[in-house]
Amino acid sequence: MASTFKGRVWKFGDDINTDLIIPGFALYLAPDEQPRHCFSANRPGWVNEMQRGDVLVAGRNFGVGSARPIGDVLLRLGISGIVAESFNGLGLRNCINVGLPVLPCKGIVDAFEEGDIAEVNWTTGAVHNLTKGTTLQGQPVPKALQDIVAAGGVEAVLRKEGYLASR
Amino acid sequence: MGMTSIEKILAGHSNRREVKPGDVVVVDVDVAVFFDWMRPDVVRIADPDRLVLLHDHQVPAPTIAAANNARQMREFVEKFGVKNYFPVGAHGICHVLVAQEGFALPGKILANADSHTCSSGALNCLARGVGPSEMTYILCKGQTWFMVGPTTRVNLEGELPQRVYPRDVIHFIPGHYGDFAGRNLEWHGDGLTNIAMDGRLTMATISAELSAEFSLFPYDSVLEAYLQGRAKWPFEPVSPDPDAHYDQVIDIDLSSLEPQVVLPGKVAWNSRPVREVAGQKIDQAFIGSCANGRLSDFAIAAEIVKGRQVAPGTRFIVTPGSQAILLEAVRAGYVETLMQAGAVVTSSTCGACYGGHMGLLADEEVCITASTRNFQGRMGSPKAKVFMGSPATVAASAVSGVITDPRDL
Ligand code: SF4
Repeated sequence: MASTFKGRVWKFGDDINTDLIIPGFALYLAPDEQPRHCFSANRPGWVNEMQRGDVLVAGRNFGVGSARPIGDVLLRLGISGIVAESFNGLGLRNCINVGLPVLPCKGIVDAFEEGDIAEVNWTTGAVHNLTKGTTLQGQPVPKALQDIVAAGGVEAVLRKEGYLASR
Repeated sequence: MGMTSIEKILAGHSNRREVKPGDVVVVDVDVAVFFDWMRPDVVRIADPDRLVLLHDHQVPAPTIAAANNARQMREFVEKFGVKNYFPVGAHGICHVLVAQEGFALPGKILANADSHTCSSGALNCLARGVGPSEMTYILCKGQTWFMVGPTTRVNLEGELPQRVYPRDVIHFIPGHYGDFAGRNLEWHGDGLTNIAMDGRLTMATISAELSAEFSLFPYDSVLEAYLQGRAKWPFEPVSPDPDAHYDQVIDIDLSSLEPQVVLPGKVAWNSRPVREVAGQKIDQAFIGSCANGRLSDFAIAAEIVKGRQVAPGTRFIVTPGSQAILLEAVRAGYVETLMQAGAVVTSSTCGACYGGHMGLLADEEVCITASTRNFQGRMGSPKAKVFMGSPATVAASAVSGVITDPRDL
């Protein structure tokens, strides 16, 4: 997997919680149907406006809440990566372990307007705002975790090692 | 350098002499808990004896899909010879059950695909919620990774005043210190001797709402007594080294606290003394969940509603954390008292807590709950509002029809 992702930015605030990303009722729908309900409470219609390859920029404590598979839902929607001021620990795990790149980065909220184009190297931490021509530096997750993302998540590893029946 | 209790458990489970904040460690997981469903495509697993399987979120099955999932879990139990399985009838909310049945033990690492797994921190057990994919990895390999975060030491001193509870303490802290994203919490201080296991379990559970990585209580005489005759396996408690490093220390005088509610939407920086929102009309009051569905919560609720009636136009729902707790509450007469007051007492389930089934909120409704979350849409309609309070505050509000300081009844 490439060490950079690039796309149009959608901005979200602080404390974006798992109930907003996957509402309780959607949790028990088929995995393919869950993404349709992403952010339906706080930003109805967003799933129709966003496009594959887009980037999420968020404030503090992104992904606070439950163990819901937020990374999986965002990956299915085609989000290419998340840059946030800080992540909830469980939210972070649930992105890394399914192979969705994330980057904690102080100052990210002020550095981007919605719709700006971001180019993010999630292994070095360099974030470019291609629209404004500005750059800032995030704190990449440790190498061991980057390797999980690069491998496509922990299930890809299990599949390769024969723990899961082949599809 | 000395290590905190949390660092010691992480070091011990990753074969290291020392770990420090910033390290990523691969650890052996002692106990893996699964609820409601199992993947059918798993071919090999690490160790069936380290698994605990149960039904809680969707029990008794409210939909056909849930019933099919439950059947898949029973098939998994058969296929891999899982011994620690709790079928319908012996069911309970995962975090309540692992404590009650002695699977969550001091010094051990426990994982579960549910964010409130930190609940077992009350038992000096390093417990963490992980995601579904990671849980599959743990099921297969018996291992996972943790990032070592810095630790906040919370020192509790003194004793809580009348009608102020551990639930109020764990609302007060994020109201004054915000979230603890990426950080651990360790609980210390003489005040702990005055907080029984039920209260510690509440506090450890709600630590998820503080965004803490791990939340760990010490092994002391209160915990020792609780584990007598309950522990399923031998265990080794941990305590911090005398020179352990805590980069933040919070001192709390329990005697200075008053009942606290968390306002709707989020937990960090969002608590108020109950008296500041008293009078807010409510449609539903709920006591239950892994945070406050224990026997002492039933006792408090029963004491408050005894001789009173649930206010007209208000629904009061009470859900036990496990079937065993329900039975005890029946025997103690709490269920009768609650039902006489007009409350609905349900089977043990997560249902109302996550807006899954039995007790959802309508548009524009207001609820006060002693469950775990006040997020938009959490307990039903995204247009409903959810306040959180202690079981005493919830019960007092149920009989008043408005949010009520339990000291004012
Ligand atoms: S009671 Fe609520 S918070 Fe606890 S495990 Fe169930 S749904 Fe989660």
